[in-house]
Amino acid sequence: MGYHAMAINQNTLTIDGKDVHFEQGQTIMDAALAAKIYIPYLCHYPGLPPSGNCRLCVVETNGKSVAACITQAQAGQRIHSNTPELNVVRKMITQMLFVEGNHICPACEKSGNCKLQAMGYYLGMHEEHFHHFNPRRALDASHPAIFLDRSRCILCDLCVRASRDVDGKNVFAIAGRGADAHLIVNTDSGKLGDSNLDRNDLAANICPVGAIMHKERGYVSPIGQRIYDQQPINEIALGEHVPEHKERDHD
Amino acid sequence: MLSQYPQNCVEFSAGHLLHKLYVLQQTYLHISTESMAQVAEEFELPVSQVASVVDFYAFFYQKPVGRYHMLLSNCTSCGYQTDQHNLLEIICRLLNVKPEITRPDGRVSVGETSCIGMCDHGAAMLINGVPLVGLNAEKLAHITHLISENQPLSCWPMEWFRVENNIHKQDVLLNEHIQPGSSLKKALAGDAQRLLDIILHSGLRGRGGAGFDTGRKWQLCREAEGKAHYVVCNADEGEPGTFKDRVLLQSYADALFEGMALCAYVIGARKGFVYLRGEYRYLLNHLQNILKRRYEQSLLGPSILGKAEFSFDIEIVVGAGAYICGEESALIESMEGRPGIPRIRPPFPVTHGYLGQPTAVNNVETLIAAAYVAYHGSDWFKAMGTEQSTGSKILSVSGDCRTPGIYEYTYGISVQQVLSDCGAKNAQAVQIGGPAGTLVAKKDFSRQISFEDLLTGGSFLIFGAHRDLLSVNQNFARFFAHESCGFCTPCRVGTRLLESSFQKIADGRATRQDIQEIKQLSAFVRRYSHCGLGHTAANHILDSLQDFSEAFDEKLVQTSFTPSINLDAALEDARQITRRDDADAHLE
Repeated sequence: MGYHAMAINQNTLTIDGKDVHFEQGQTIMDAALAAKIYIPYLCHYPGLPPSGNCRLCVVETNGKSVAACITQAQAGQRIHSNTPELNVVRKMITQMLFVEGNHICPACEKSGNCKLQAMGYYLGMHEEHFHHFNPRRALDASHPAIFLDRSRCILCDLCVRASRDVDGKNVFAIAGRGADAHLIVNTDSGKLGDSNLDRNDLAANICPVGAIMHKERGYVSPIGQRIYDQQPINEIALGEHVPEHKERDHD
Repeated sequence: MLSQYPQNCVEFSAGHLLHKLYVLQQTYLHISTESMAQVAEEFELPVSQVASVVDFYAFFYQKPVGRYHMLLSNCTSCGYQTDQHNLLEIICRLLNVKPEITRPDGRVSVGETSCIGMCDHGAAMLINGVPLVGLNAEKLAHITHLISENQPLSCWPMEWFRVENNIHKQDVLLNEHIQPGSSLKKALAGDAQRLLDIILHSGLRGRGGAGFDTGRKWQLCREAEGKAHYVVCNADEGEPGTFKDRVLLQSYADALFEGMALCAYVIGARKGFVYLRGEYRYLLNHLQNILKRRYEQSLLGPSILGKAEFSFDIEIVVGAGAYICGEESALIESMEGRPGIPRIRPPFPVTHGYLGQPTAVNNVETLIAAAYVAYHGSDWFKAMGTEQSTGSKILSVSGDCRTPGIYEYTYGISVQQVLSDCGAKNAQAVQIGGPAGTLVAKKDFSRQISFEDLLTGGSFLIFGAHRDLLSVNQNFARFFAHESCGFCTPCRVGTRLLESSFQKIADGRATRQDIQEIKQLSAFVRRYSHCGLGHTAANHILDSLQDFSEAFDEKLVQTSFTPSINLDAALEDARQITRRDDADAHLE
């Protein structure tokens, strides 16, 4: 015990037994990603402020379950992440997100590039387990370049933050309570076509699922040669960050 | 004397986003997209923020409600499902209207809402926002008649709207009405540190349910640095079965405002807010009148009681129907004009609260108790209750008993004693602390109300032997699914899955396997949700499965698996398309 205590640097914690250094002010997720340790997530994106809504990044520390993306790293923390129990929990969360929306992978253009699908593969999810909610949520095709299919939205809030904090446009928001929560557009009409969203905005490109899609660009890369067809999500995630020029735009 | 009433208070009241939206809702019976755009411009907010607020709160509608808009409570005590009748079905039949759909002539709409805090008054509803109590089939027929005659509410029988206090047992808090200003006089004779020491020494803990040490909260807030400090009174009691704040606000508001001023003195606040639940809007005028008098008495405003450096204003913000806003960080979000979605904690409101500044959020009863402690001293308070639970607790007793109402006890009282006092002869279980609390079975009635044993914000729901606990559970599961804010996946989806699991049991389609699923799901929602709502949403299920598993067993199908849908019925479309109805076109 004494030996271990001495080994703890002021800014060191452990994740699954591995020592990880962190900077003051970093979250557990920041520290893990910097150390190239993968903690599953869907609503996080390095370079954007965290939200903590999807809960996939749940880790255990001190007998408590916390979301790594919104929990400050602390010296001496002993964090358990890649455990069979937590991966079962993560699989349940993924299944919940699947049944809550209409995620029909074979019929979805996002297939292969979809993080929800990739998460399902990563966690060994073979079926949805829970009954389907089959929601009917409004589709918005009013924008010339982008369409919204809300039935595939997982309410991760990434487009909201990307638009507000990087694009500086504040195009999206989440409205409604509980099961009625849904993505809305910040225009008087509520239509995307009346917004100033551009196809090159981060918000138009950050959707982890098939909710915000580009028009007239179907199947550019064939199924089987897409992002997560080639490399699993745990590897892709370690290289993910808001492009630097985008960050500068915001400044 | 009106001039002493601070202008900014009135301005703020009119100028709060929730208040503005309330006025629009009242005037136009809904909030149109055009209205939202105008409000956004007026408040200099993104239209999406206004839209998300309208969408979030239950009392705002995007399609017109009826000129008579009725919301029947669906609580197990003041709800529409009585032992004899389903009052929602009755009123809908009488008025020829479907729930949640305004009648084509625009005259009436009927819906349901979470507990409105009238549990000691029988079945109750909000009609155009005003509580109407003691509903029964006969009264509904009378109401139908009045509506058909287009009678304004002011012409309806007065006694239907009379809300009584129903105080059946008084202890230290309810027994006494301290003279307005007397606690403040005593406190202001010393410095803030002295008052803080008294509160700390008294052992006073939060009465909202969680029981955080009040003195410690005030101390943390006092020590926190900020541009301004705020006192917030959480008067958003929404736990089904709780109504003690209604009575305290009705008859003990002076002590509440006194407690807020004392807190302000300790933490160095110049401004305080009462966040009043929308269901209690009918108390607003009454509270404003008391505030006005206290300004006139120099118990609020600049230089309180002549103490030059002590100024304190109180404003009231009225909610619009969202249980989650009882969670302190969601409440602050709501005060700031956003949907009530709980913040990431830490940081806690004591350091980063309203407008990011140090904020002490306290329950109504806690602040009143603080006023009494300041007046009588901490030893007086400490002498009552148990070691870790000093003072008294006000219980809202309702359900299957002879005299539902308000009961005050010093901490440590047994469940059995409360049951005897309220005339509950045949209780099989008591839900303590509301659906989020603890279900106590008969064998455990010797347990006591205290922070050491049974925590409670005050809700005490009694279930007699005749009650179907499964339907109680189903009611609670619906409540949480309805009130989940929708932010995090475990609570948003998990509470809905739990709700449908109970539907499956009620439909007689559940098996033993489903019970295992419910257990697993309950444990999951409890452990992995973002805030207290999710952490407690499955308590009632896990308690029930432990002590009342037979209530579940009776409804189970004795097979290993049964689908949640009726497979034969699902073939109906196919039968119609193929125009077949022969035996082979059916499964059974």
